Amino acid sequence: MSGPAIDILGLTKDYPLGFWRKRMRRSLDNLILQIEEGEVFGFLGPNGAGKTTTLKLLMGLIFPTAGTARIRGRSIEDIRMHSDIGYMPEQPYFYDYLTASELLDYYARFFGYGPAERRDRVAKTLGRVGLADAAELQLRKFSKGMLQRVGIAQAILHDPEVVFLDEPMSGLDPVGRHEVRDIILELKKQGRTIFFSTHILSDAEMLCDRVGVLHMGKLFGVGAPDEIVSIEVRGMEVLFEARDGRTLPANLPGCATKIGARYRIEVHEEELYAALEQLRGYNARILSVSPVRPTLEDYFLQLVTGKGASGVPEVNRQ
Amino acid sequence: MNITSGAVAINAFREAVRDRVLYNLVVFALVMIGAAILVGQISIGIERLVIINLGLSAISIFGLVMAIFIGVGLVYKEMEKRTLYSLLSKPIHRWEFLVGKYAGLLLTLTVNTFLMSVGLAAALFYVGRPFLRSDLSVVVAVYFILLELALVTAFALFFSCFSSPMLSTLFTLGIYVTGVFAKDIRDFGKLTHVPVLEVGTRVLYYVLPNYHNFNVIAAAAHGDSIPLSLIWQNTLYALAYVGLILAGASAVFSRRNLK
Amino acid sequence: MSALRPTRPVWAAIVAIPVLFVVIAALQVRIDAVMRSAVNQREELLLQSGNTLRKLSLGYESLLADIYWTRAVQYYGERLGVEDANYELLAPLLDITTTLDPRLIVAYRFGSVFLSERGRAGPGRTDLAVALVKKGIAANPNEWRLYFDLGFLYYWRLKDYPAASTAYLAGSKVPGAPPWMKLVAARIAEKGGSFDISRTIWAELYETTKDPHLRKKALQQLQGLKAAEDEAELNKLAGQYRDRFGHDPASAKELREAGLLAGIPVDPAGFPYVFGADGKSHLSPESPIVEVKP
Repeated sequence: MSGPAIDILGLTKDYPLGFWRKRMRRSLDNLILQIEEGEVFGFLGPNGAGKTTTLKLLMGLIFPTAGTARIRGRSIEDIRMHSDIGYMPEQPYFYDYLTASELLDYYARFFGYGPAERRDRVAKTLGRVGLADAAELQLRKFSKGMLQRVGIAQAILHDPEVVFLDEPMSGLDPVGRHEVRDIILELKKQGRTIFFSTHILSDAEMLCDRVGVLHMGKLFGVGAPDEIVSIEVRGMEVLFEARDGRTLPANLPGCATKIGARYRIEVHEEELYAALEQLRGYNARILSVSPVRPTLEDYFLQLVTGKGASGVPEVNRQ
Repeated sequence: MNITSGAVAINAFREAVRDRVLYNLVVFALVMIGAAILVGQISIGIERLVIINLGLSAISIFGLVMAIFIGVGLVYKEMEKRTLYSLLSKPIHRWEFLVGKYAGLLLTLTVNTFLMSVGLAAALFYVGRPFLRSDLSVVVAVYFILLELALVTAFALFFSCFSSPMLSTLFTLGIYVTGVFAKDIRDFGKLTHVPVLEVGTRVLYYVLPNYHNFNVIAAAAHGDSIPLSLIWQNTLYALAYVGLILAGASAVFSRRNLK
Repeated sequence: MSALRPTRPVWAAIVAIPVLFVVIAALQVRIDAVMRSAVNQREELLLQSGNTLRKLSLGYESLLADIYWTRAVQYYGERLGVEDANYELLAPLLDITTTLDPRLIVAYRFGSVFLSERGRAGPGRTDLAVALVKKGIAANPNEWRLYFDLGFLYYWRLKDYPAASTAYLAGSKVPGAPPWMKLVAARIAEKGGSFDISRTIWAELYETTKDPHLRKKALQQLQGLKAAEDEAELNKLAGQYRDRFGHDPASAKELREAGLLAGIPVDPAGFPYVFGADGKSHLSPESPIVEVKP
C-alpha cells in the first residue's frame, strides 16, 4: 500500500468557552503529520497538550474545526476505516456487568466473525495480554492495571494494521509496563503501525522509531528520539566513591551530587583531566566516565518551561 | 435491523437483566396476587372486570416507569462512562448504535410485558373464569400497551442523546402527559372559539403522540371486540412515529462531540 | 468556524421527518374515525366516583374538573343527532365535573338542559337533570340562575307548575335575582303554562349564559315558540277564511288575496308557512325549526 499509514492533514480543533460560547480555545492547531507503515510513533506532550484530542479526532469521537486525516488511504469520515484500526482510550472503562471474555466477544461481533472464530480470538488475545486467568471475572472486579490490559486486548483483538494507544502505560506498575512494552514490540515485529501517546519519556525513547512533541496544541518537533535532541555533548559525567570509608572534601569540581556512597560530578569536557587529577589526589575510586547527552526530558522541560533552547534543532518534518 | 444493531441490542438486553431490572416483576406478581385474592371476596360478576382493569393498568404503569427510567440513560450513561469510546472506534455507525440500544430496551420491555400478561392470565384463572373468546381483546390491549411503550422509549432515547437523565425524564414524562391529554387540548381549543388557538391546538393534536389511541383497557375489560382496522392503524402509527424520532435522534447524535 | 461534521444523517432526517409527520396525521384521522364509530359501544369511566377522583387529584381538582367538563361537552357533541346514540355517560361526566369543582355553574346549566333532552338529542333523564341542579343549588345557594334552571325543568319538562312556581319564587329571593322572577312565579302559580312565560324563560336563558350550546338551544326554542304562536294566529285567520268562503285555505297567498293578511308570513328561519290538508298551518318541511317546535 503506497502512501503513509497515517496521514494527518492540518487537523484543528477549537472548543467554545464561556457562558455564551463566544471565545474559542484552540486545543489543536493545524497538525500535519505522517506516519509510515510499520512505524512505532510516540506522541509526546505534557497533560493538556492535545494528544487525546488528536486521537479522539482520528477516531471520529469528536469532529475537527478544520482539516482531515486519512488512515491507510481511507478518510477518517469513512466507517470502513475502523475495520483496520484498533484503539485503546485513556483510562478505559468498560461495561462492568460483563466478564472480560464477554466484552471481547461482544466487540468481536462487529467484525463479522463467526462464533468459533470469536471464541478463538478472544482466548488468544486474553492470553497475549496476560489475562487468561481472569477471563470469566466480571469487569467490575478488575484492577486498574487489569483494565488497562483489557483495553489493549480489545484494540488488538481483530489484528488491525494500525493500533492507536492513548497512554497505554499509565497506572501500571513496572511489571505491567514491561509487559505492555513487550506487546508493543511484538506488534511491531508483526509489521503493524503503532501510534501511542504518552508523557513518560523513557518509554518513548526505548520503543519508538520516531516521536513527535506536542505542546499547547502545536507540534514542536518530529524525528527519531536522538534526532530531536542535540547530539552535542553537554559534558562528561564521572561516577566515583571514597576508598576505605574516607570522606571526601566538600569542594569537588563541577556540579556534584551524592547518592548513597556514590558521588557524581559533571564537568565540561575540557576540564575532565583536571578533575580526574583532583579526584586522584583524594584517592577516590573512579567508577565510570561517560559523556552526557541532553535527553528527551531535557528537551521537553525546555519546551514546556520555555527556557531558551541551546542547540536544539527543529528537525525537518518528513 | 442489521447484525451490528442486533449485537448492540442483545448486549443492552443483557445489561438490563444483569441490572436486575426484571425484579419489578416480583412486585407486579404481588400486586396481582393481592388483587385476585381481594376480588374473590367481592360480589360475583365483576371480578373479571376489576382484574383486567387493574392488571392492564399496572402493566401499563410498570412498563412506563421502566421505559422512562432505563430509556433516559441509554445513551447518556455510555457517554458519561466513556464506554462509547471503545465502541465507536469499531466499524459501527452511530445510528446503528442508537437503533441497537432502542431495540434492546424494547426487547426487555416486551419480555417484561409478556411475563406480566402471564401473571394476569394466572390471576384470571384463579378467580375462576374460564378463558373466553372475548379475552382476545385483552391480548390486543396488551399489544397496544407495548406500542405505547415503544413510543415512550423512543422519546426517552432521543433525549438521552443530549440531555441529563433528570431533564430527559421531565421531557419524556411531559410529552407523555401532553400526549395523553392531546384530545382534550384540542377540544379546549375548540371551545375557546379563538381562531389562532383553535388552529394551534389542532396542529398540536396531530403533531403530539396521541397515547389515547392505544388505550382500550375499558373495551378489553368488557370483552368488546377491537376493530381490526384499529390494530393495523395503531401499528403503523407507532412505526411511523418511532421511525421519526429515531431519525431525529440519529441526526442529533451523529453530530455530537463526545466529551 | 463551524465544525466539519457528518451531514448525511441530518439530510436523511430532514427528508424523513416531514414525510412521517404527514403519514402520522393521516393515520390519526383514520384512527379517530374508527374510535368514533365505536362510540355506541359501551364505554367505561374507570372511576365513576367524583369523590374518589377528587382525592386522587392531588390538589389539581379544578384542572381535572375543566378536563372532565370539556370531555362532557365533547361527549355530547359527538352524539348529538346520531341514531340510537348512547348517552349513558353524560350524567356521570357532569357529576364528576361538579364534584371536582362544585362552582362550575355552566356544568349544572348544561346538564339541566341536555340531560333532559329526549330522542337523538339526549338521554331524556329529567330526573338526573333535576338531581344535578339541586346539587348545584346546594353548593351555590346564592346563584339565582340555578333556581331558574330548576324552575325551567319543572315548567318545561315535567309540566309540574306548582313546583316550578316554588323554584322561581325561591330564586327571586336571592340577592341579585332579576325582578321578573317573582312575577313569573306568580303567573305560573296562577295560569299554568303559556307562551309568554315560556318565551320569557328561554329568553332569559339566552341572555344569562355564555355557553354557546345553551345559547343555540335557547335561540332554537324561541324560534319554535314564535312559530307555534304564528301558527296559532294563522289558524285563527284560517278559521275566518273558512267562515267566509266555506273551505280551508290552501296557502297563505289565498289568505292575502282575501285581505286577511298583508303579506306572506315567514317563520323566524325565513321559510314561509304552509297549509296542510287539514286546513291548519304548519311550518315548511324545509325549515330547521321543525325539529324543535314544542
